[in-house]
Amino acid sequence: MHSTFSGFRLEPRSHLPRHINWTVPIGSFFAALFAGALLLLVTGQNPISVYQRILERAFLDAGSLSGTLVAATPLLFTGLCAAVAFRVGFFNIGGEGQFYIGAIFSSGIALALGRDAQFWIAIPAMIIAGALGGALWGAIPGFLRAYLRTNEIITSLMLNYIAGVIAVYLIFESSSFWRDLEGTGKMFPKGKVIPPVAFWPEYGIGSLVVPFGFLLGIATAAWIAVLQRRTRFGYEMRVVGGAPTTARYAGMRPGRVIVAVAAVSGALAGLGGAASVGNFRHILDPKGMQQSGFGYAGIVVAALARLNPVAVIFVSIIIGGITNAGYALQGPDFPSGLVGILEGLILFCTLGGEVLMRYRFVRTRGVSSNVVGAQ
Amino acid sequence: MNDNLFIVVFAAAIYYGTPLVYAALGEILAERSGVINLGVEGMILLGAVGGCWVATTVDGPAGIVLPLAVIVSMLFAAAGALIHAFLTITLRVNQIISGLALTIFAGVAGVSSYLAGLWDLGRAPIANQFGRMDLFGWGDLPVLGPILFNQTLLTYLSWLLVVLTSIYIFRTRWGLQLRAVGESPQTADSVGVAVQRSRYLHVLVGGAFAGIAGACFSLSILPTWQNGMTLGQGWIALALVIFGFWRPDLMLVGAYLFGGLSSLRYTLQARGVEIPQLFLDSLPYVMTIVVLVVVSNTAARRQLGAPAALGKPYEREER
Repeated sequence: MHSTFSGFRLEPRSHLPRHINWTVPIGSFFAALFAGALLLLVTGQNPISVYQRILERAFLDAGSLSGTLVAATPLLFTGLCAAVAFRVGFFNIGGEGQFYIGAIFSSGIALALGRDAQFWIAIPAMIIAGALGGALWGAIPGFLRAYLRTNEIITSLMLNYIAGVIAVYLIFESSSFWRDLEGTGKMFPKGKVIPPVAFWPEYGIGSLVVPFGFLLGIATAAWIAVLQRRTRFGYEMRVVGGAPTTARYAGMRPGRVIVAVAAVSGALAGLGGAASVGNFRHILDPKGMQQSGFGYAGIVVAALARLNPVAVIFVSIIIGGITNAGYALQGPDFPSGLVGILEGLILFCTLGGEVLMRYRFVRTRGVSSNVVGAQ
Repeated sequence: MNDNLFIVVFAAAIYYGTPLVYAALGEILAERSGVINLGVEGMILLGAVGGCWVATTVDGPAGIVLPLAVIVSMLFAAAGALIHAFLTITLRVNQIISGLALTIFAGVAGVSSYLAGLWDLGRAPIANQFGRMDLFGWGDLPVLGPILFNQTLLTYLSWLLVVLTSIYIFRTRWGLQLRAVGESPQTADSVGVAVQRSRYLHVLVGGAFAGIAGACFSLSILPTWQNGMTLGQGWIALALVIFGFWRPDLMLVGAYLFGGLSSLRYTLQARGVEIPQLFLDSLPYVMTIVVLVVVSNTAARRQLGAPAALGKPYEREER
């Protein structure tokens, strides 16, 4: 075949060993770290000390794991957002924008309920509002794809920018309900702090602080797993994702399923926005959200988790650790941009790993056996 | 709207549309060969950082520094495209996710900002930059002069490239082979076209074009370094490919339309036209969605559309 590897070709594996489900992602992850180390080395940095510091600040230092859960919580939700949609072949790249809209809705409802509300009303209201906002924003590209044949990748991405513009407008360019117009807020635009009753709780387990949002994320991941495997909707998602034509013959309505998946996917990212406001930021913080880019990082989480909702929980902690270390280590001797580099490399290596899972390299000598396309 | 404002808006449309022209032209080449590259945004930023690095560190006359900067821009972006090409063409992985990975790897929080930090770019506007250039002395022509012939060299070069690429795709043997590879790689292969090689070539050249788009930002529009300064223009370029039905000439029209929309926030505000910021800032993104919806349905009705093998890896069946 015409391959750059002359002398080798890819041959489909006849059977897949079981362990490959976790060995390949782990191998991909370390391959990415290795590639990142090479890049650091080439550009004159010391990879060992950089990685050591990441490891310390992500997991080993006192209190570092609690910080990692702060970053893992939004990633858990945006990872689920991408995992649910990608599984159906709906490439929702809009987790970022759905996250912003979730944050806008949930901070809005918390501010509207005010300080006299009960926490058992304020917090569920924020959860519902965040999910609803994300679902509405996420349903748009779903609807456009299902009924107007428009590529969801570009529309969902454009909606990220629009959501970002809206969030910036609410805080920086208007006297909106979300903006703090008293005290220092007059001079330096910032969001109004939500009432303390609406702060989401945190639970101390020894020295570890577990945010309520993370527990909600675990419960949501479990719910998604059940939804995918045990319900009619999950079955329809599998069929529509695998074979849209078959789905139509079977009397399903692929359009509806796609809009529903898009809305669920958006709701998950919206929950992430709500958790971010409720547990950590307590304000609508457009610049902070844009710098974090949790929506895009969610795609990396989902891919490394092989779109498995339960695996997303664990992967979000790993990627959250890298993100957390990235914040903690910002400074002159820690290279900026390293988090994105590692995330990109993880994604590249995961893709490469998927190939090694399905194929193996074979030396070509003389006449080769029949190769049947596996894709 | 007076004449003057009309001229300013149109001239700005071309000026801000130029990077879109380069990026979308490159993507047309890649997609014509059957490979979607969603890494455009990342490749533009790679090109921008490479060009900015040369222009900042190399001392010398503009006539030497600027061409060198553009070449380095092209190489940087093509290096990004090479990763995508290897993964999608040789390893046949999912093109969508690989392209996203490239944008994450190279983009705002990735290699481009890493290198910019390493090289300490963006402290000041760069000395050597692409300024306005009066082409053939036609800049004094009424109306057309200031709109068309008072642009930068990069804009004039983009016109040349659009014409050459159009001729290449539709009027040459190689262009015919390219289209065959994108429409039906099996058929192309059976008549002796090297499918993988053609795809590699066009993805790499497409990347190099995205690199020039980056040079437009860091050497002309800003002209300095700013993390994530493309603000999603790479994604708009992807939409323009669909808008132009994979044709360079139609794409050019779209690029200027969107260049105009993106520039309204500068041109109108500088002249005190009162339009809410929210509206102006979101306009290019909203219009991209609207145009995409309209075009997608027109395309489906008239059976115009994407190359048939777009997004599909090619695997030769050996006997």
